[in-house]
Amino acid sequence: MADTEKAVVMTDDDMHRILRRIAIEIIERNKGLEDIMLLGIQRRGVFLAERLKKLFLEIENVKVPTGELDITLYRDDIPTLLEQPVVHSTSIPGDIAGKKLILVDDVLYTGRTIRSALDALMDLGRPDNVQLVILVDRGHRELPIQADYVGKLIPTSRSEMVDVRVMEFDGEDRVVITEGKEVDPD
Amino acid sequence: MKWRHHGLIDLDDWTREELEIFLQQADYMEELLGRPIKKVPALRGKMIVNFFYEPSTRTKVSFELAEKMLSADVVNWSASGSSVSKGETMKDTAWTLEAMGADAVVIRHGAVGAADYLSKKLSRASVFNAGDGTHRHPTQALLDIHTAWKKLGGLEGRRMSIIGDILHSRVARSDIKAFSKMGVKVTVSGPATLMPRDIQSLGAEYEPDPHKAVKSADILYLLRIQKERQHQGLIPSFDEYHKRYGATSELVNEAGEKSVVMHPGPVNRRVEIASDVVDGEKSLILKQVRSGVAVRMALLYLCLGGVRS
Repeated sequence: MADTEKAVVMTDDDMHRILRRIAIEIIERNKGLEDIMLLGIQRRGVFLAERLKKLFLEIENVKVPTGELDITLYRDDIPTLLEQPVVHSTSIPGDIAGKKLILVDDVLYTGRTIRSALDALMDLGRPDNVQLVILVDRGHRELPIQADYVGKLIPTSRSEMVDVRVMEFDGEDRVVITEGKEVDPD
Repeated sequence: MKWRHHGLIDLDDWTREELEIFLQQADYMEELLGRPIKKVPALRGKMIVNFFYEPSTRTKVSFELAEKMLSADVVNWSASGSSVSKGETMKDTAWTLEAMGADAVVIRHGAVGAADYLSKKLSRASVFNAGDGTHRHPTQALLDIHTAWKKLGGLEGRRMSIIGDILHSRVARSDIKAFSKMGVKVTVSGPATLMPRDIQSLGAEYEPDPHKAVKSADILYLLRIQKERQHQGLIPSFDEYHKRYGATSELVNEAGEKSVVMHPGPVNRRVEIASDVVDGEKSLILKQVRSGVAVRMALLYLCLGGVRS
């Protein structure tokens, strides 16, 4: 990454604590894990969803079905992007009808990704409810969308970038703010 | 990733890396085919004209399905019953299509180079070649490599035998090039009367004996024998062709143990391929059809999205 790192806003320890707290919040709010299904949004949301799955197993000894969702084909900003975003895999572990879906993503910014994700989900079936887990909420919403579980609220300027790095994909657990040109939030 | 192609005339200028990215994209598109609602809004608002001068079933239907699954607006235009039958030139037709606001034209034409010609006449709309004469059929090659790549788990170092009428086949021309680019060694076989002279320049070897050609082949690819070839005196009779070059279960068993059988369709049972082979467990013919939709979705998505530079 050529952009200059401005600040580390989450260390690996912070990230692990935050995920554990969110896992407990989910269990608490849903009074257990019955009918829960985890869906990570490509790409880093997928790894975060896997982490929550492990935490659920550890805390409640329950194996929660976990899948991945790609929202590329549902985006409304494709015509304005310079480069064509490539599609990633979607795999849903079974029927989502009647399930409590926990949607997991790394950064909540404009809200457009989540809007696309909701559209994608509605095409796949009718879940009982959808709850949203976000590791970093950086503000600047363009749509009326809020997360149910927020790791950390980090006010940013639009010219800054929030860079979430996860061990499985980037080789480290860390969230940093970098100064860079405005790029697509993927 | 920057996808640099905005249309598809032939695959000659696609790199192997691009083909590999493409195959992966097609795989994800195939997942959509299994969903209850097989429609995504990726190409909403794009107008695509399917312009078929020649009859076609699977290519036309799969392009149309792919377009509709990506939410494009689709118009079908055929030569008969349109201004073409009133003597309009292709150039004028092209300009008409563009004036109507078409974002892309999918064209099948009997003349070599038709798609290329059309793309040069259009200033804005993308052109996708759905077969031009005996020249190229690039989307067939894409679906063929996708089907084989998926089934065999990679193509590098594999062997392929294409048997049949290579001379008149745009499928053979496109497939030889595309499979070779993916690292496949291609051998062709069939009657000498149906072989082009420039076969080596395409990158394939000619083996007159089909039994030798299929030996240790991983992919056995049969081409359709068209009825008129007999009248032209290029083959003695269908029965004789079947005996000598047809994919009977005996011939198929001479190929590699895990080999697969492919055919672009429509098949002539008991001419180029025996009925039990068409329906047999090695046959990927229906998988090819399914791939055809996924591959065309990936193509349209990659080429029609993004900002034009």
